[in-house]
Amino acid sequence: MDDAISIRQLSKRYDSGFEALKHVDLDIRRGEIFALLGPNGAGKTTLIGCVCGIVRPTGGTIVVNGHDAATAYRQTRAEIGLVPQELTTDAFETVWNTVTFSRGLFGKPRDDAHIRRTLESLSLLDKRDDRIMSLSGGMKRRLLIAKALSHEPSILFLDEPTAGVDVELRQEMWRIVRELRRAGVTIILTTHYIEEAEEMADRVGVINHGELILVEEKTELMHKLGKKQMSLELTEQLQSIPDALNRYQLELIDDGNVLVYTYDTHGARTGITPLLQELNEAGIRFRDIHTTQSTLEDIFVSLVKSPP
Amino acid sequence: MNLHAVKSIYYFEMARAWRTLFQSLISPVISTCLYFIVFGSAIGSRINDIDGVSYGAFIVPGLIMLSLLTESISNASFGIYLPRFTGTIYEVLSAPVSHVEITIGYVGAAASKSVVLGCIILATAGLFVPIEIAHPLWMLAFMILTAVSFSLFGFIIGIWADGFERLQIIPLVIVTPLAFLGGTFYSIDMLPPMWRTITLFNPVVYLVSGFRWSFYENADVDVALSLAMIGLFLTACMITVSWIFKTGYRLKP
Repeated sequence: MDDAISIRQLSKRYDSGFEALKHVDLDIRRGEIFALLGPNGAGKTTLIGCVCGIVRPTGGTIVVNGHDAATAYRQTRAEIGLVPQELTTDAFETVWNTVTFSRGLFGKPRDDAHIRRTLESLSLLDKRDDRIMSLSGGMKRRLLIAKALSHEPSILFLDEPTAGVDVELRQEMWRIVRELRRAGVTIILTTHYIEEAEEMADRVGVINHGELILVEEKTELMHKLGKKQMSLELTEQLQSIPDALNRYQLELIDDGNVLVYTYDTHGARTGITPLLQELNEAGIRFRDIHTTQSTLEDIFVSLVKSPP
Repeated sequence: MNLHAVKSIYYFEMARAWRTLFQSLISPVISTCLYFIVFGSAIGSRINDIDGVSYGAFIVPGLIMLSLLTESISNASFGIYLPRFTGTIYEVLSAPVSHVEITIGYVGAAASKSVVLGCIILATAGLFVPIEIAHPLWMLAFMILTAVSFSLFGFIIGIWADGFERLQIIPLVIVTPLAFLGGTFYSIDMLPPMWRTITLFNPVVYLVSGFRWSFYENADVDVALSLAMIGLFLTACMITVSWIFKTGYRLKP
Protein backbone atom coordinates (compact mmCIF):
# COMPACT_ATOMS: atom_id res chain seq x y z
CA MET A 1 0.00 0.00 0.00
CA ASP A 2 2.48 2.57 -1.08
CA ASP A 3 0.23 4.56 -3.35
CA ALA A 4 -1.14 7.81 -2.03
CA ILE A 5 -4.03 7.67 -4.46
CA SER A 6 -5.36 4.74 -6.37
CA ILE A 7 -8.00 5.37 -9.03
CA ARG A 8 -9.80 2.54 -10.79
CA GLN A 9 -12.17 2.77 -13.74
CA LEU A 10 -13.12 6.33 -12.86
CA SER A 11 -15.84 7.68 -15.11
CA LYS A 12 -17.79 10.88 -15.19
CA ARG A 13 -20.68 11.61 -17.49
CA TYR A 14 -22.23 15.03 -17.00
CA ASP A 15 -25.97 15.50 -17.19
CA SER A 16 -25.51 16.99 -20.62
CA GLY A 17 -24.27 13.57 -21.73
CA PHE A 18 -20.69 14.75 -22.04
CA GLU A 19 -18.21 12.10 -20.98
CA ALA A 20 -15.47 13.97 -19.16
CA LEU A 21 -13.70 10.86 -17.89
CA LYS A 22 -13.70 7.41 -19.46
CA HIS A 23 -12.60 4.54 -17.22
CA VAL A 24 -9.46 6.18 -15.91
CA ASP A 25 -6.95 4.07 -13.97
CA LEU A 26 -4.23 5.98 -12.17
CA ASP A 27 -1.94 5.41 -9.20
CA ILE A 28 -0.17 8.30 -7.55
CA ARG A 29 2.92 7.27 -5.58
CA ARG A 30 3.53 8.65 -2.16
CA GLY A 31 5.82 11.64 -2.16
CA GLU A 32 6.05 12.17 -5.89
CA ILE A 33 5.23 15.12 -8.06
CA PHE A 34 2.82 13.97 -10.70
CA ALA A 35 2.01 16.22 -13.61
CA LEU A 36 -1.25 15.72 -15.39
CA LEU A 37 -0.98 17.16 -18.84
CA GLY A 38 -3.74 17.77 -21.28
CA PRO A 39 -5.31 20.37 -23.47
CA ASN A 40 -8.26 22.45 -22.26
CA GLY A 41 -11.33 20.34 -21.66
CA ALA A 42 -9.37 17.09 -21.51
CA GLY A 43 -10.77 16.16 -18.10
CA LYS A 44 -7.98 17.31 -15.78
CA THR A 45 -10.15 19.43 -13.51
CA THR A 46 -12.94 16.85 -13.52
CA LEU A 47 -10.45 14.20 -12.40
CA ILE A 48 -9.29 16.40 -9.53
CA GLY A 49 -12.88 17.29 -8.69
CA CYS A 50 -13.77 13.62 -8.38
CA VAL A 51 -10.90 12.90 -5.99
CA CYS A 52 -11.59 15.99 -3.89
CA GLY A 53 -15.35 15.51 -3.67
CA ILE A 54 -16.46 18.42 -5.81
CA VAL A 55 -17.66 16.31 -8.69
CA ARG A 56 -19.71 13.15 -8.26
CA PRO A 57 -18.20 10.33 -10.29
CA THR A 58 -20.59 8.16 -12.28
CA GLY A 59 -18.39 5.12 -11.97
CA GLY A 60 -15.22 3.68 -10.53
CA THR A 61 -13.43 3.91 -7.22
CA ILE A 62 -10.95 6.29 -5.65
CA VAL A 63 -8.80 5.14 -2.75
CA VAL A 64 -6.77 7.73 -0.84
CA ASN A 65 -4.23 6.47 1.68
CA GLY A 66 -6.15 3.22 1.90
CA HIS A 67 -9.56 4.84 2.42
CA ASP A 68 -12.38 4.82 -0.09
CA ALA A 69 -13.21 8.38 -1.10
CA ALA A 70 -16.92 7.63 -1.41
CA THR A 71 -17.52 5.91 1.90
CA ALA A 72 -14.71 7.26 4.09
CA TYR A 73 -14.79 10.78 2.72
CA ARG A 74 -13.90 12.31 6.06
CA GLN A 75 -10.57 10.49 6.18
CA THR A 76 -9.73 11.01 2.51
CA ARG A 77 -10.63 14.67 2.28
CA ALA A 78 -8.77 15.50 5.49
CA GLU A 79 -5.64 14.18 3.75
CA ILE A 80 -6.08 16.36 0.68
CA GLY A 81 -5.48 20.02 0.04
CA LEU A 82 -6.82 21.60 -3.14
CA VAL A 83 -5.61 24.73 -4.87
CA PRO A 84 -8.22 25.58 -7.49
CA GLN A 85 -7.56 26.93 -10.91
CA GLU A 86 -9.53 30.13 -10.47
CA LEU A 87 -8.52 32.73 -7.92
CA THR A 88 -11.65 32.25 -5.85
CA THR A 89 -11.44 34.15 -2.59
CA ASP A 90 -13.65 36.05 -0.20
CA ALA A 91 -12.62 39.55 -1.14
CA PHE A 92 -13.60 41.14 2.16
CA GLU A 93 -11.95 38.64 4.48
CA THR A 94 -8.48 39.09 5.91
CA VAL A 95 -5.69 36.71 5.01
CA TRP A 96 -5.43 35.37 8.53
CA ASN A 97 -9.15 34.75 8.94
CA THR A 98 -9.57 32.94 5.67
CA VAL A 99 -6.67 30.57 6.37
CA THR A 100 -7.93 29.95 9.90
CA PHE A 101 -11.37 29.26 8.44
CA SER A 102 -9.91 26.67 6.08
CA ARG A 103 -8.15 24.84 8.88
CA GLY A 104 -11.31 24.65 10.95
CA LEU A 105 -13.35 23.57 7.97
CA PHE A 106 -11.06 20.59 7.52
CA GLY A 107 -11.65 19.58 11.11
CA LYS A 108 -8.39 20.65 12.66
CA PRO A 109 -8.25 22.49 15.98
CA ARG A 110 -6.96 26.01 15.91
CA ASP A 111 -3.17 26.22 15.63
CA ASP A 112 -1.89 29.75 15.21
CA ALA A 113 1.73 28.60 15.11
CA HIS A 114 1.08 26.40 12.09
CA ILE A 115 -0.85 29.11 10.27
CA ARG A 116 2.01 31.51 11.00
CA ARG A 117 4.58 29.09 9.60
CA THR A 118 2.47 28.44 6.52
CA LEU A 119 2.00 32.13 5.81
CA GLU A 120 5.65 32.76 6.43
CA SER A 121 6.79 30.07 4.00
CA LEU A 122 4.58 31.66 1.37
CA SER A 123 5.79 35.19 2.16
CA LEU A 124 2.35 36.26 3.28
CA LEU A 125 2.92 36.80 6.97
CA ASP A 126 3.20 40.57 6.73
CA LYS A 127 -0.08 40.60 4.82
CA ARG A 128 -2.01 38.62 7.43
CA ASP A 129 -4.29 41.47 8.47
CA ASP A 130 -4.88 42.74 4.96
CA ARG A 131 -8.11 42.17 3.16
CA ILE A 132 -7.82 39.69 0.31
CA MET A 133 -9.11 42.22 -2.20
CA SER A 134 -5.98 44.30 -1.63
CA LEU A 135 -3.65 41.45 -2.63
CA SER A 136 -2.04 41.08 -6.03
CA GLY A 137 -2.82 38.11 -8.25
CA GLY A 138 0.36 36.34 -7.24
CA MET A 139 -0.36 36.83 -3.55
CA LYS A 140 -3.87 35.51 -4.02
CA ARG A 141 -2.44 32.42 -5.67
CA ARG A 142 -0.11 31.92 -2.71
CA LEU A 143 -3.00 32.54 -0.35
CA LEU A 144 -4.94 29.73 -1.98
CA ILE A 145 -1.94 27.48 -1.40
CA ALA A 146 -1.81 28.60 2.23
CA LYS A 147 -5.49 27.75 2.59
CA ALA A 148 -4.92 24.34 1.05
CA LEU A 149 -2.00 23.69 3.41
CA SER A 150 -3.72 25.02 6.50
CA HIS A 151 -4.86 21.58 7.62
CA GLU A 152 -1.51 19.87 7.00
CA PRO A 153 -2.58 17.63 4.14
CA SER A 154 -0.32 14.83 2.90
CA ILE A 155 -1.57 15.23 -0.67
CA LEU A 156 -1.80 18.51 -2.52
CA PHE A 157 -3.64 19.14 -5.77
CA LEU A 158 -2.57 22.15 -7.76
CA ASP A 159 -4.93 22.84 -10.60
CA GLU A 160 -3.00 24.90 -13.13
CA PRO A 161 -0.92 26.69 -10.51
CA THR A 162 0.86 28.87 -13.02
CA ALA A 163 -1.91 29.65 -15.47
CA GLY A 164 -1.69 33.31 -16.36
CA VAL A 165 1.25 33.87 -14.05
CA ASP A 166 4.37 35.79 -15.00
CA VAL A 167 7.75 34.10 -15.34
CA GLU A 168 9.10 35.24 -12.00
CA LEU A 169 6.06 34.08 -10.15
CA ARG A 170 6.08 30.80 -11.99
CA GLN A 171 9.57 30.10 -10.80
CA GLU A 172 8.58 31.00 -7.29
CA MET A 173 5.68 28.59 -7.58
CA TRP A 174 8.08 25.87 -8.64
CA ARG A 175 10.28 26.64 -5.65
CA ILE A 176 7.29 26.35 -3.33
CA VAL A 177 6.26 23.04 -4.85
CA ARG A 178 9.77 21.63 -4.51
CA GLU A 179 9.88 22.66 -0.87
CA LEU A 180 6.59 20.95 -0.26
CA ARG A 181 7.85 17.77 -1.84
CA ARG A 182 10.90 17.92 0.40
CA ALA A 183 8.51 18.14 3.32
CA GLY A 184 7.00 14.87 2.15
CA VAL A 185 3.83 16.13 0.49
CA THR A 186 2.56 14.21 -2.53
CA ILE A 187 1.81 16.69 -5.28
CA ILE A 188 -0.45 16.35 -8.27
CA LEU A 189 -0.43 19.30 -10.60
CA THR A 190 -2.30 19.86 -13.78
CA THR A 191 -0.90 22.07 -16.41
CA HIS A 192 -0.88 22.72 -20.04
CA TYR A 193 2.55 24.26 -19.84
CA ILE A 194 4.83 21.45 -20.85
CA GLU A 195 7.89 23.12 -19.44
CA GLU A 196 6.27 22.99 -16.07
CA ALA A 197 5.95 19.23 -16.18
CA GLU A 198 9.39 18.96 -17.63
CA GLU A 199 10.84 21.13 -14.92
CA MET A 200 9.11 19.62 -11.93
CA ALA A 201 7.44 16.30 -12.38
CA ASP A 202 8.72 12.88 -11.46
CA ARG A 203 6.04 11.29 -13.55
CA VAL A 204 3.80 12.59 -16.26
CA GLY A 205 0.31 11.56 -17.22
CA VAL A 206 -1.27 12.73 -20.44
CA ILE A 207 -5.02 12.99 -20.58
CA ASN A 208 -7.08 13.76 -23.64
CA HIS A 209 -10.81 13.44 -24.32
CA GLY A 210 -11.29 11.96 -20.85
CA GLU A 211 -8.84 9.15 -21.38
CA LEU A 212 -5.48 8.74 -19.78
CA ILE A 213 -3.38 8.01 -22.82
CA LEU A 214 -0.07 7.65 -21.07
CA VAL A 215 1.57 7.55 -17.65
CA GLU A 216 5.31 7.45 -17.55
CA GLU A 217 8.39 8.48 -15.64
CA LYS A 218 9.30 11.84 -17.06
CA THR A 219 12.87 10.92 -17.92
CA GLU A 220 11.75 7.58 -19.33
CA LEU A 221 9.12 9.28 -21.40
CA MET A 222 11.50 11.77 -22.82
CA HIS A 223 14.03 9.08 -23.42
CA LYS A 224 11.57 6.78 -25.09
CA LEU A 225 9.84 9.24 -27.27
CA GLY A 226 12.69 11.68 -27.42
CA LYS A 227 14.03 12.37 -30.85
CA LYS A 228 17.23 14.23 -31.30
CA GLN A 229 18.06 16.45 -34.17
CA MET A 230 21.51 17.23 -35.42
CA SER A 231 21.84 20.38 -37.48
CA LEU A 232 24.82 20.91 -39.70
CA GLU A 233 25.58 24.43 -40.84
CA LEU A 234 27.10 24.09 -44.26
CA THR A 235 29.94 26.19 -45.49
CA GLU A 236 28.51 26.18 -49.00
CA GLN A 237 24.89 26.29 -50.04
CA LEU A 238 23.56 22.96 -51.25
CA GLN A 239 20.97 22.72 -54.04
CA SER A 240 19.78 19.21 -53.23
CA ILE A 241 20.69 16.28 -51.07
CA PRO A 242 22.85 13.75 -52.91
CA ASP A 243 21.01 10.47 -53.63
CA ALA A 244 23.72 8.56 -51.84
CA LEU A 245 22.53 10.02 -48.56
CA ASN A 246 18.87 9.12 -49.08
CA ARG A 247 18.80 6.47 -46.36
CA TYR A 248 19.44 9.12 -43.69
CA GLN A 249 16.24 10.98 -44.56
CA LEU A 250 17.94 14.31 -44.25
CA GLU A 251 16.20 17.65 -44.49
CA LEU A 252 17.60 20.66 -46.18
CA ILE A 253 16.48 23.93 -44.67
CA ASP A 254 17.39 27.62 -44.64
CA ASP A 255 17.82 27.86 -48.41
CA GLY A 256 20.14 24.89 -48.45
CA ASN A 257 22.42 26.21 -45.73
CA VAL A 258 21.46 23.78 -42.98
CA LEU A 259 21.19 20.03 -43.13
CA VAL A 260 19.07 18.38 -40.45
CA TYR A 261 19.36 14.79 -39.36
CA THR A 262 16.76 13.34 -37.03
CA TYR A 263 17.70 10.26 -35.06
CA ASP A 264 16.49 8.19 -32.19
CA THR A 265 18.59 8.42 -29.06
CA HIS A 266 17.14 5.15 -27.92
CA GLY A 267 18.45 3.22 -30.91
CA ALA A 268 21.59 1.12 -30.58
CA ARG A 269 23.11 2.98 -33.46
CA THR A 270 22.36 6.58 -34.07
CA GLY A 271 24.02 6.57 -37.47
CA ILE A 272 25.97 9.71 -36.79
CA THR A 273 29.40 8.33 -37.52
CA PRO A 274 28.62 6.87 -40.96
CA LEU A 275 26.65 9.97 -41.88
CA LEU A 276 29.52 12.29 -41.10
CA GLN A 277 31.86 10.01 -42.97
CA GLU A 278 29.66 9.91 -46.04
CA LEU A 279 29.19 13.66 -45.97
CA ASN A 280 32.91 13.99 -45.94
CA GLU A 281 33.22 11.62 -48.86
CA ALA A 282 30.58 13.54 -50.78
CA GLY A 283 32.62 16.67 -50.25
CA ILE A 284 30.03 18.43 -48.16
CA ARG A 285 31.78 20.68 -45.64
CA PHE A 286 30.20 22.14 -42.59
CA ARG A 287 31.32 24.77 -40.11
CA ASP A 288 29.10 24.02 -37.14
CA ILE A 289 27.12 21.20 -35.59
CA HIS A 290 24.55 21.35 -32.89
CA THR A 291 22.02 18.92 -31.55
CA THR A 292 18.61 19.49 -29.97
CA GLN A 293 16.48 17.08 -28.04
CA SER A 294 12.74 17.17 -28.62
CA THR A 295 10.93 18.62 -25.65
CA LEU A 296 8.02 17.19 -23.77
CA GLU A 297 5.97 19.65 -25.73
CA ASP A 298 6.77 17.93 -29.02
CA ILE A 299 6.01 14.59 -27.47
CA PHE A 300 2.80 15.91 -26.07
CA VAL A 301 1.63 17.45 -29.30
CA SER A 302 2.34 14.25 -31.17
CA LEU A 303 0.42 12.24 -28.57
CA VAL A 304 -2.60 14.49 -28.44
CA LYS A 305 -2.80 14.89 -32.19
CA SER A 306 -2.64 11.22 -33.00
CA PRO A 307 -5.88 9.33 -32.41
CA PRO A 308 -5.74 7.10 -29.29
CA MET B 1 -19.26 15.17 13.79
CA ASN B 2 -16.78 17.71 12.46
CA LEU B 3 -17.49 20.34 15.10
CA HIS B 4 -14.54 22.46 14.05
CA ALA B 5 -16.06 22.79 10.61
CA VAL B 6 -19.52 23.68 11.89
CA LYS B 7 -17.97 26.29 14.14
CA SER B 8 -15.84 27.63 11.31
CA ILE B 9 -18.78 28.08 8.96
CA TYR B 10 -20.92 29.52 11.73
CA TYR B 11 -18.34 32.08 12.87
CA PHE B 12 -17.45 32.94 9.31
CA GLU B 13 -21.08 33.73 8.54
CA MET B 14 -21.52 35.67 11.78
CA ALA B 15 -18.37 37.64 11.00
CA ARG B 16 -19.86 38.53 7.64
CA ALA B 17 -22.92 39.93 9.41
CA TRP B 18 -20.66 41.89 11.72
CA ARG B 19 -18.88 43.43 8.75
CA THR B 20 -22.15 44.31 7.13
CA LEU B 21 -23.72 45.36 10.40
CA PHE B 22 -25.57 48.20 8.81
CA GLN B 23 -27.69 46.21 6.41
CA SER B 24 -27.82 43.20 8.69
CA LEU B 25 -29.29 44.93 11.69
CA ILE B 26 -29.77 48.65 11.32
CA SER B 27 -31.89 48.76 8.20
CA PRO B 28 -34.53 46.23 9.39
CA VAL B 29 -34.69 48.09 12.68
CA ILE B 30 -35.25 51.38 10.89
CA SER B 31 -37.98 49.97 8.67
CA THR B 32 -39.70 48.45 11.70
CA CYS B 33 -39.58 51.81 13.48
CA LEU B 34 -41.25 53.34 10.44
CA TYR B 35 -44.04 50.76 10.61
CA PHE B 36 -44.58 51.62 14.27
CA ILE B 37 -44.67 55.32 13.65
CA VAL B 38 -47.09 55.00 10.73
CA PHE B 39 -49.30 52.08 11.72
CA GLY B 40 -48.79 52.02 15.42
CA SER B 41 -48.85 55.68 16.41
CA ALA B 42 -50.32 57.69 13.54
CA ILE B 43 -53.03 55.40 12.17
CA GLY B 44 -53.19 53.07 15.15
CA SER B 45 -54.42 55.82 17.46
CA ARG B 46 -57.66 55.91 15.44
CA ILE B 47 -58.19 52.17 15.45
CA ASN B 48 -60.08 50.43 18.21
CA ASP B 49 -58.45 47.86 20.44
CA ILE B 50 -58.43 44.37 18.99
CA ASP B 51 -59.42 41.69 21.51
CA GLY B 52 -58.54 44.11 24.28
CA VAL B 53 -55.07 44.88 22.90
CA SER B 54 -54.21 48.35 21.60
CA TYR B 55 -53.53 48.37 17.87
CA GLY B 56 -49.94 49.49 18.36
CA ALA B 57 -49.24 46.54 20.63
CA PHE B 58 -51.31 44.21 18.45
CA ILE B 59 -49.06 44.59 15.44
CA VAL B 60 -45.80 43.98 17.37
CA PRO B 61 -45.73 40.18 16.97
CA GLY B 62 -46.72 40.46 13.32
CA LEU B 63 -43.99 42.98 12.61
CA ILE B 64 -41.37 40.85 14.33
CA MET B 65 -42.56 37.86 12.31
CA LEU B 66 -42.38 39.90 9.12
CA SER B 67 -38.75 40.82 9.80
CA LEU B 68 -37.94 37.31 10.97
CA LEU B 69 -39.25 35.80 7.74
CA THR B 70 -37.63 38.19 5.33
CA GLU B 71 -34.32 38.39 7.18
CA SER B 72 -34.03 34.63 7.67
CA ILE B 73 -34.60 34.08 3.98
CA SER B 74 -32.29 36.81 2.79
CA ASN B 75 -29.51 35.96 5.26
CA ALA B 76 -29.49 32.27 4.51
CA SER B 77 -29.98 32.58 0.77
CA PHE B 78 -27.23 35.14 0.48
CA GLY B 79 -24.96 33.16 2.80
CA ILE B 80 -24.91 30.13 0.51
CA TYR B 81 -25.36 31.97 -2.78
CA LEU B 82 -22.32 34.19 -2.29
CA PRO B 83 -19.74 31.37 -2.13
CA ARG B 84 -21.48 29.74 -5.09
CA PHE B 85 -21.23 32.97 -6.98
CA THR B 86 -17.58 33.69 -6.12
CA GLY B 87 -16.57 30.05 -6.39
CA THR B 88 -15.29 29.69 -2.84
CA ILE B 89 -17.87 26.93 -2.33
CA TYR B 90 -15.24 24.51 -3.69
CA GLU B 91 -13.57 24.57 -0.32
CA VAL B 92 -16.68 23.63 1.62
CA LEU B 93 -17.50 20.88 -0.86
CA SER B 94 -13.98 19.44 -0.71
CA ALA B 95 -13.82 19.55 3.09
CA PRO B 96 -14.46 16.55 5.30
CA VAL B 97 -17.88 17.83 6.32
CA SER B 98 -21.22 16.14 6.02
CA HIS B 99 -24.26 17.73 4.45
CA VAL B 100 -25.85 18.06 7.85
CA GLU B 101 -22.82 19.94 9.15
CA ILE B 102 -22.78 22.33 6.21
CA THR B 103 -26.48 23.01 6.72
CA ILE B 104 -26.13 23.50 10.47
CA GLY B 105 -23.31 25.99 9.93
CA TYR B 106 -25.04 28.13 7.34
CA VAL B 107 -28.62 27.83 8.54
CA GLY B 108 -27.60 28.11 12.18
CA ALA B 109 -25.80 31.37 11.52
CA ALA B 110 -28.67 32.82 9.49
CA ALA B 111 -31.22 31.79 12.11
CA SER B 112 -29.09 33.22 14.93
CA LYS B 113 -28.91 36.53 13.17
CA SER B 114 -32.67 36.59 12.70
CA VAL B 115 -33.35 35.75 16.32
CA VAL B 116 -30.99 38.50 17.48
CA LEU B 117 -32.73 40.85 15.09
CA GLY B 118 -36.14 39.75 16.35
CA CYS B 119 -35.09 40.52 19.92
CA ILE B 120 -33.76 43.92 18.87
CA ILE B 121 -37.01 44.74 17.10
CA LEU B 122 -38.92 43.60 20.15
CA ALA B 123 -36.85 45.94 22.32
CA THR B 124 -37.33 48.74 19.79
CA ALA B 125 -41.08 48.16 19.82
CA GLY B 126 -41.00 48.45 23.60
CA LEU B 127 -40.01 52.09 23.12
CA PHE B 128 -43.23 52.81 21.24
CA VAL B 129 -45.86 50.69 22.93
CA PRO B 130 -46.12 48.85 26.25
CA ILE B 131 -45.57 45.17 25.59
CA GLU B 132 -46.40 42.27 27.81
CA ILE B 133 -45.37 38.76 27.00
CA ALA B 134 -47.63 36.12 28.46
CA HIS B 135 -45.46 33.14 27.52
CA PRO B 136 -41.87 34.30 27.04
CA LEU B 137 -40.54 30.77 26.51
CA TRP B 138 -43.15 29.98 23.91
CA MET B 139 -42.43 33.30 22.28
CA LEU B 140 -38.77 32.39 22.04
CA ALA B 141 -39.65 28.93 20.80
CA PHE B 142 -41.84 30.35 18.02
CA MET B 143 -39.12 32.80 17.15
CA ILE B 144 -36.40 30.17 16.90
CA LEU B 145 -38.59 27.67 15.07
CA THR B 146 -39.62 30.28 12.53
CA ALA B 147 -36.06 31.54 12.12
CA VAL B 148 -34.72 28.03 11.56
CA SER B 149 -37.51 27.02 9.17
CA PHE B 150 -37.24 30.10 7.01
CA SER B 151 -33.47 30.10 7.09
CA LEU B 152 -33.66 26.58 5.70
CA PHE B 153 -36.08 27.88 3.10
CA GLY B 154 -33.64 30.69 2.29
CA PHE B 155 -30.80 28.16 2.07
CA ILE B 156 -32.82 26.28 -0.55
CA ILE B 157 -33.43 29.49 -2.49
CA GLY B 158 -29.74 30.34 -2.31
CA ILE B 159 -28.88 26.99 -3.86
CA TRP B 160 -31.65 27.19 -6.44
CA ALA B 161 -30.88 30.74 -7.51
CA ASP B 162 -28.62 31.16 -10.51
CA GLY B 163 -28.49 34.93 -10.43
CA PHE B 164 -29.00 37.80 -8.06
CA GLU B 165 -32.43 38.47 -9.56
CA ARG B 166 -33.65 35.03 -8.62
CA LEU B 167 -32.27 35.50 -5.15
CA GLN B 168 -34.67 38.42 -4.70
CA ILE B 169 -37.68 37.16 -6.53
CA ILE B 170 -39.09 34.62 -4.07
CA PRO B 171 -38.87 36.92 -1.04
CA LEU B 172 -40.33 39.77 -3.04
CA VAL B 173 -43.05 38.03 -4.98
CA ILE B 174 -44.15 35.36 -2.57
CA VAL B 175 -42.98 35.94 0.98
CA THR B 176 -43.74 39.63 1.38
CA PRO B 177 -47.33 39.31 0.09
CA LEU B 178 -47.92 36.23 2.23
CA ALA B 179 -46.54 38.06 5.25
CA PHE B 180 -48.65 41.16 4.65
CA LEU B 181 -51.77 39.09 4.03
CA GLY B 182 -51.02 36.76 6.91
CA GLY B 183 -52.55 38.85 9.64
CA THR B 184 -49.54 40.97 10.44
CA PHE B 185 -51.57 44.16 10.69
CA TYR B 186 -55.02 42.70 11.42
CA SER B 187 -56.80 39.80 12.98
CA ILE B 188 -58.16 37.49 10.33
CA ASP B 189 -61.45 37.54 12.23
CA MET B 190 -61.85 41.01 10.79
CA LEU B 191 -62.07 39.59 7.26
CA PRO B 192 -65.28 38.58 5.44
CA PRO B 193 -65.89 34.81 5.78
CA MET B 194 -64.77 33.95 2.26
CA TRP B 195 -61.46 35.75 2.59
CA ARG B 196 -61.00 34.25 5.99
CA THR B 197 -61.21 30.78 4.47
CA ILE B 198 -58.78 31.69 1.73
CA THR B 199 -56.37 33.18 4.24
CA LEU B 200 -56.23 29.88 6.08
CA PHE B 201 -54.17 28.53 3.19
CA ASN B 202 -51.51 31.11 3.93
CA PRO B 203 -48.86 29.48 6.14
CA VAL B 204 -47.80 32.82 7.58
CA VAL B 205 -51.19 33.12 9.29
CA TYR B 206 -50.24 30.24 11.56
CA LEU B 207 -46.87 31.73 12.41
CA VAL B 208 -48.23 35.15 13.26
CA SER B 209 -51.20 33.74 15.12
CA GLY B 210 -49.10 31.43 17.26
CA PHE B 211 -46.56 34.12 17.92
CA ARG B 212 -49.23 36.61 18.88
CA TRP B 213 -50.74 34.06 21.23
CA SER B 214 -47.42 33.87 23.11
CA PHE B 215 -47.76 37.63 23.70
CA TYR B 216 -51.42 38.25 24.34
CA GLU B 217 -52.96 34.79 24.63
CA ASN B 218 -55.35 35.40 21.79
CA ALA B 219 -54.97 33.66 18.49
CA ASP B 220 -56.71 33.40 15.14
CA VAL B 221 -56.10 29.67 14.99
CA ASP B 222 -55.33 27.01 17.57
CA VAL B 223 -51.78 27.23 18.93
CA ALA B 224 -51.25 23.51 18.42
CA LEU B 225 -52.19 23.97 14.78
CA SER B 226 -49.67 26.82 14.51
CA LEU B 227 -46.94 24.62 15.89
CA ALA B 228 -47.96 21.78 13.63
CA MET B 229 -47.81 24.03 10.57
CA ILE B 230 -44.34 25.29 11.43
CA GLY B 231 -43.26 21.71 12.02
CA LEU B 232 -44.69 20.72 8.65
CA PHE B 233 -42.89 23.53 6.86
CA LEU B 234 -39.65 22.72 8.68
CA THR B 235 -39.93 19.08 7.69
CA ALA B 236 -40.63 19.96 4.07
CA CYS B 237 -37.55 22.19 3.99
CA MET B 238 -35.38 19.52 5.59
CA ILE B 239 -36.52 16.94 3.07
CA THR B 240 -35.75 19.36 0.23
CA VAL B 241 -32.28 20.13 1.60
CA SER B 242 -31.44 16.46 2.00
CA TRP B 243 -32.62 15.88 -1.58
CA ILE B 244 -30.37 18.73 -2.74
CA PHE B 245 -27.32 17.20 -1.13
CA LYS B 246 -28.20 13.70 -2.21
CA THR B 247 -28.50 14.63 -5.85
CA GLY B 248 -25.84 17.34 -5.75
CA TYR B 249 -28.42 19.71 -7.25
CA ARG B 250 -26.65 22.90 -8.34
CA LEU B 251 -23.81 22.16 -5.90
CA LYS B 252 -21.97 19.19 -7.31
CA PRO B 253 -22.08 18.35 -10.99
